Amino acid sequence: MGDPILTTVDWARAQFALTAMYHWIFVPLTLGLSFLVAFFESIYVKTGNEEWKKLTRFWMTLFGINFAIGIATGIILEFEFGTNWSNYSWMVGDIFGAPLAIEGIFAFFIEATFFAVMFFGWQKVSKRFHLFSTWMVAVGSNLSAVWILVANGWMQFPTGMAFNPDKARFEMQNFWDVAFSPVAVHKFTHTTSSAFVLASLFVMGVSALFLLQERHQKMAKRSMVVAAVFGFVASLFVGLTGDEAAFNVAHHQPMKLAAMEGLYVGQVKAPIVAMGIINSSKKPGDDLPAFYQETKIPGLLSLLANRDPNSFVPGINDLVFGNAERNIVGAEQRMITGKAALAELAHYKYAKETGNETEAASALALFDQYKGDLGYGYLTSPAEAAPPVATTFYSFHIMVVLGTLFPLIFLLVLYFAVKGTLEYQRWLNLTCFFSIFLGYVASQAGWVVAEVGRQPWAIQGLLPVGVATTNIAASNVQTTFFIFLTLFSALLLAEIRIMIKQIKIGPEA
Amino acid sequence: MTGILDHSILQQLWWLIASVVGSLFLFLTFVQGGQTLIFTLASSEEEKSLIINAMGRKWELTFTTLVLFGGALFAAFPLFYATSFGGAYWVWMLILFTFILQAVSYEYRKKPDNILGARTYEIFMAINGSVGLILIGAAVGTFFTGSRFSLNLYNSVTWATPYHGLEAALNPFNLAFGLFLMFLARILGAMYIVSHVDHKHLVKQARKATWINLLWALPFLLTVLISLATMDGFAVNPATGVVFMESGKYLNNLLGMPAVLVLLVGGLGSVIYGVAATGFLGKNSGIWFGGIGTVLVGLAIFSLAGYHNTAFYPSSTDLQSSLTIYNASSSKYTLTVMSCVALAVPFVLAYIAYVWKLMDAKQLTLTELTGEDAKDMY
Repeated sequence: MGDPILTTVDWARAQFALTAMYHWIFVPLTLGLSFLVAFFESIYVKTGNEEWKKLTRFWMTLFGINFAIGIATGIILEFEFGTNWSNYSWMVGDIFGAPLAIEGIFAFFIEATFFAVMFFGWQKVSKRFHLFSTWMVAVGSNLSAVWILVANGWMQFPTGMAFNPDKARFEMQNFWDVAFSPVAVHKFTHTTSSAFVLASLFVMGVSALFLLQERHQKMAKRSMVVAAVFGFVASLFVGLTGDEAAFNVAHHQPMKLAAMEGLYVGQVKAPIVAMGIINSSKKPGDDLPAFYQETKIPGLLSLLANRDPNSFVPGINDLVFGNAERNIVGAEQRMITGKAALAELAHYKYAKETGNETEAASALALFDQYKGDLGYGYLTSPAEAAPPVATTFYSFHIMVVLGTLFPLIFLLVLYFAVKGTLEYQRWLNLTCFFSIFLGYVASQAGWVVAEVGRQPWAIQGLLPVGVATTNIAASNVQTTFFIFLTLFSALLLAEIRIMIKQIKIGPEA
Repeated sequence: MTGILDHSILQQLWWLIASVVGSLFLFLTFVQGGQTLIFTLASSEEEKSLIINAMGRKWELTFTTLVLFGGALFAAFPLFYATSFGGAYWVWMLILFTFILQAVSYEYRKKPDNILGARTYEIFMAINGSVGLILIGAAVGTFFTGSRFSLNLYNSVTWATPYHGLEAALNPFNLAFGLFLMFLARILGAMYIVSHVDHKHLVKQARKATWINLLWALPFLLTVLISLATMDGFAVNPATGVVFMESGKYLNNLLGMPAVLVLLVGGLGSVIYGVAATGFLGKNSGIWFGGIGTVLVGLAIFSLAGYHNTAFYPSSTDLQSSLTIYNASSSKYTLTVMSCVALAVPFVLAYIAYVWKLMDAKQLTLTELTGEDAKDMY
């Protein structure tokens, strides 16, 4: 903490993590609940049954309360790229800006325009146009997730771009490569489907509370059935896309995969740790055991990473120090190449500045040789290339365990709903209610894996967070961090209170 | 996708597009203006609710337009985004705080158990409509007064002041610009109430508010106009890219770009006619004249800052670090991609206009606030 630059980075990371995690409390519920409300309203329009309208409006009220604070936290994230990550904004603006602009034009305006009809248009537009508006809010909300996740996917797997040494930034070369990179596609599908699961758990949990309290039982059972079907289908999709996402991580971010499993020494038939307690004192290259205790399933990590249970999966040590036998270049070697790239870039800039074109051309040729490891040139030790292992490991395992539990809950709800005994299953209704919180835990854990697991990189292999930050005194960011913490906490508290009150009032109001 | 348009044409086009979005945002700040009127215009809770609900139907559109303005600047002029947002840290952060407060205030104000009480959320709205707009004005004012930053060979930004933007808010020109925007928003807010609310007393008060706020806006408008006409500006040599101070630069820009002069005069005239029509002629259509006038004035201001060989984000401490639409922009490829995307904008505007027409077919009444949908009202 003695280094002022590191301190600024620390606060900037803390502030961005705080904002993103608060934002992600509200967004998944918006993404999923918008579709559930659209399903409910579709049934109302189809059947003409006023009870379904009442049910729709109840969930719509909760949707509206949640939506507002999601927007409030979202605007901060967009502008924080500039305020806290100024160098990053410049270096990736040419690539990152376009998805954001598309998001604004195509998604935000759909949301903003049809949201007003959804809430205030019941008496102003036809039933069918109102339903159309509700669907448009659902589509718009989910579209707004596409482009920010494309941008995030690009940061995890930079593609379709080239470094421009004159401008000292990355520039887009192929929009389609950026938009349809496999990492971006799986990031979007995995994230949105997990949001559908969370929203389904929310609807089931609140409905289960009604059943436990013996209130609004008919409405609660109807809501639970729709949510359970949606949640179950979404859960299967989460599993499928999660598997694809892990496959991508193995190939584009092997260090993240190694951290997810606490794998220090690479091996064939690499196991998945079903349960384990990480040794937090362990550092790359030392002889300490990686776990205090662990239960492993042999070959499963190899299967996940390479679709082959007998294949080799590199560990943290291989990726930090290299493994000649397996032809793996470690961070140690990459740092040498990266520093050479930075030196040649400086050489090139100086030669251009002084008008020495011959020297500039030769420096540029050398830079082009080394530029693949550009980001490693900023690291001060090879071990910096490894993310915090314990946080990544536990978050991944919490996410997976909970993600496996949720479809079982959905199935049980459907089973007892078909049997017509849902309201008598007190244990299941209690489970559903507490699953609301488990849904949020799993959702947040997923983002922790994605973001903590890719440290120290703002852009994988090319730009570490320490270089991406704004050149500003740490005290400024520290102050805004605590302002955000206070403000968001107060607003979250207000939101929860309002939500609880609306649930107490119920659909009869 | 190399595109048929030259890079410099694309850079000019995207400055225009960003200017249009920014100017539309200024029009849509009638929401912010309306929010500041709840304490000065409404004489009862019912009137307050009418104002808030009238504005509440549109607040998201204003908010979204601000987000799009930020997104367009990030996409088209990333060096501006990196330089200004990271450097003028406190101004942007304070602006954002006021918009966070606004975003929750509509939804939470009337909901039971909202912890802070309705009045607190109304104060939040007023803060957004006043402090938020003054600071946005201050930030835009720096397009003409400059900021204290320098860029190194890698375009990494260093600011020469520890106040990080707060100093800009105290600059008389920037402050006058911000105050003008605030009063302009109040004028537009009052016009919007006249046009969209059916309530005799409130509408009467709103008509009065249009010209009272115009009188308040005038000294600040005159300060801005006289300063612009007389101040030295940040000129760019188009051949070498060297930035230098030019006496009467913005007056020269105005005279050198007659279309911009027409935009400015026409825009101000349209706003004034809107006020006269609303305040004295008893018409309800003043918002359209006020709104279109505001967009024209906004376009004129952004054109003065960015075109005619001018540095739109000048550095007052290191002239050669100043940003122009040419050195701060994205690559030709990215601007071409974004131009293709922008072709969808007319479609977006069309469906917004259609939905607005449906929703605004009838004026807002007290009956609507207490009818079947009462619990959804703000």
